[in-house]
Amino acid sequence: MRRFILQRIGQAALVLLVMSFVIYSLIGLMPGDPLDVMIASNPGATPEVVARLRAIYGLDQPLMYRYGHWLLAAVQGDLGFSRTHSQPVLEVLAPALWVTCKLMLASFVISVSLSLILGISAALRPGGIVDGIINLGAFAGISVPVFWLALMMILVFAVKLHLLPASGIANIDDGGFVDHLRHLIMPVATLALANTGGFTRFVRASMIETLRMDHIRTARAKGNAEGRVVLVHALRNAMIPVVTVMALSFGTLFSGALLTETMFAQPGMGKMIYDSILSNDFNLALSGLLFATLVTLLSNLAADLAYGWLDPRMSR
Amino acid sequence: MTELLNIENISVHFPSPGGRVVRAVQDVSLSIAEGETLALVGESGSGKSTLGYTVAGLQPPTSGTLRFEGVPLTSRTWPAARRKIQIVFQDPFGALDPRMPISSTIAEPLLIQRIGTSASRMARAEELVQQVGLPRDALNRYPHEFSGGQRQRIAIARALSPNPRLIVADEPLSALDVSIQSQVLNLMKEVQEKLGLSYLFISHDLAVVNHLVDRVAVLYLGRLVEVGPREALFGKPAHPYTEALLASVPRIGRKRARNAGAIKGEMPSPLNPPTGCVFHTRCPRAQPMCSEVVPVLEAVAGQGAHQAACHFKE
Repeated sequence: MRRFILQRIGQAALVLLVMSFVIYSLIGLMPGDPLDVMIASNPGATPEVVARLRAIYGLDQPLMYRYGHWLLAAVQGDLGFSRTHSQPVLEVLAPALWVTCKLMLASFVISVSLSLILGISAALRPGGIVDGIINLGAFAGISVPVFWLALMMILVFAVKLHLLPASGIANIDDGGFVDHLRHLIMPVATLALANTGGFTRFVRASMIETLRMDHIRTARAKGNAEGRVVLVHALRNAMIPVVTVMALSFGTLFSGALLTETMFAQPGMGKMIYDSILSNDFNLALSGLLFATLVTLLSNLAADLAYGWLDPRMSR
Repeated sequence: MTELLNIENISVHFPSPGGRVVRAVQDVSLSIAEGETLALVGESGSGKSTLGYTVAGLQPPTSGTLRFEGVPLTSRTWPAARRKIQIVFQDPFGALDPRMPISSTIAEPLLIQRIGTSASRMARAEELVQQVGLPRDALNRYPHEFSGGQRQRIAIARALSPNPRLIVADEPLSALDVSIQSQVLNLMKEVQEKLGLSYLFISHDLAVVNHLVDRVAVLYLGRLVEVGPREALFGKPAHPYTEALLASVPRIGRKRARNAGAIKGEMPSPLNPPTGCVFHTRCPRAQPMCSEVVPVLEAVAGQGAHQAACHFKE
């Protein structure tokens, strides 16, 4: 098990390295560089000045050399300096990452809890009325685009009913805990609803399959009450594939979070990456994209570990 | 011998698409005495497993009564009877919860019945594991680490844990290798002698039945067609179906009898059972009256315990 974990961490590190090169190259190959933006806002800059600045920033060096230089610094924890924010990259990144993580974790917890309740209820009587209603809801959740759902939420709860703030993370004149919470409700609900549909379908399918297994009959023969049969014997076994799927979905959840952030104007990773690419802020864009990769890799690792931990047939 | 379980006019029907009804078990009455082994034999689809499930409380009967130690089993009396009637299933690979260590699997019936403390339950699991011939360290392992025969031993230990009086064994050997079958069979006999258990042994393997049981009940299309002590029934079957069933057992050194396989065709569908005697469509002795009059289960001439449902029993 330990060897397996180390192996997976090694693989993740390798993927991260390859991705850093790919992203660095893509950004480097984009037309224009950070100086173009600077020059555009300063008509007085002569070609000599520009060339001097290029040399100072190292932009006159070949791409491979620049990448090597960046990598060497990055491994030592120096991700560079954000040109637009005039701050170290990490200091810009951290608050944005926090906003995104809050959004992701809250909606993940909600969609997992909801999908467990709905999925199990549906699986108890496949083809029944409850199952039909839950399936319909799940398919609606899967099919509705996140951005449309976000717009409708804003329209209903912010514009029409004036119940919730339409965007941002806090009011300027308030900023307390409740205010933060109120700003979180709609983005979290949007993201959670988008995921609950898929999760519910997985829980339902896995529960139906498990409830048909022979050992469930044994559990009943032992005299277990039906609730214990479902929640102890069936759920524990049904969770094995479900947990894997849920952990793996973290990557998609991240991209969903970026979309949701944009819709609700939350200063998270999505907005940060978007702005940094538009303003040619290479260091920031690179680090932002790499963190997105890291989240996906970690969720994959978590899925593997969860599988080994849950299924006794895997771990030994 | 005192009677432990009485099956009184039990019928089990299942609804089928189109509003029709599958009569899996129809009007079966049987009894099992203390310490006795009763075999339930018949072809696939004869309703023997369904009847076994009903006895084990997994399938409520459509009509009829189960009486255990004289008390009718209802939803009110079942919970207490639960620990005294246990079941061992056919497929040991599927019957154990893959996420439960063996110790919990064995101790769970006690936990449900709130018997003892968690320490005493573990001690009981340890005792049982050794009783069925598995090493002590089996307790902390999971089902996938065991072979089929070992898993069936675990299933038996699990069935034994609440100290039952009756064990329904639903073809407990048919999923096992022949070499393992005899080991498990011997274990079942050994446990029975030691604890004075009764078995309802469901099987289609007549050789195994001959080895283990006291009495045999033959089911055909959900009906009880013949029941009697093993020697009497095997020695001189009264019902033509039992006769055909026995003739179909291959034996080394015996030439295939001319009339072996005298019954032709498939068993009719329980959705639409034949009128009169259900066996008349395949019976070599069938007469016109057989398709009209349902034969009742009556004692074979001169023998009270041996009964058959046939107009022309021998």
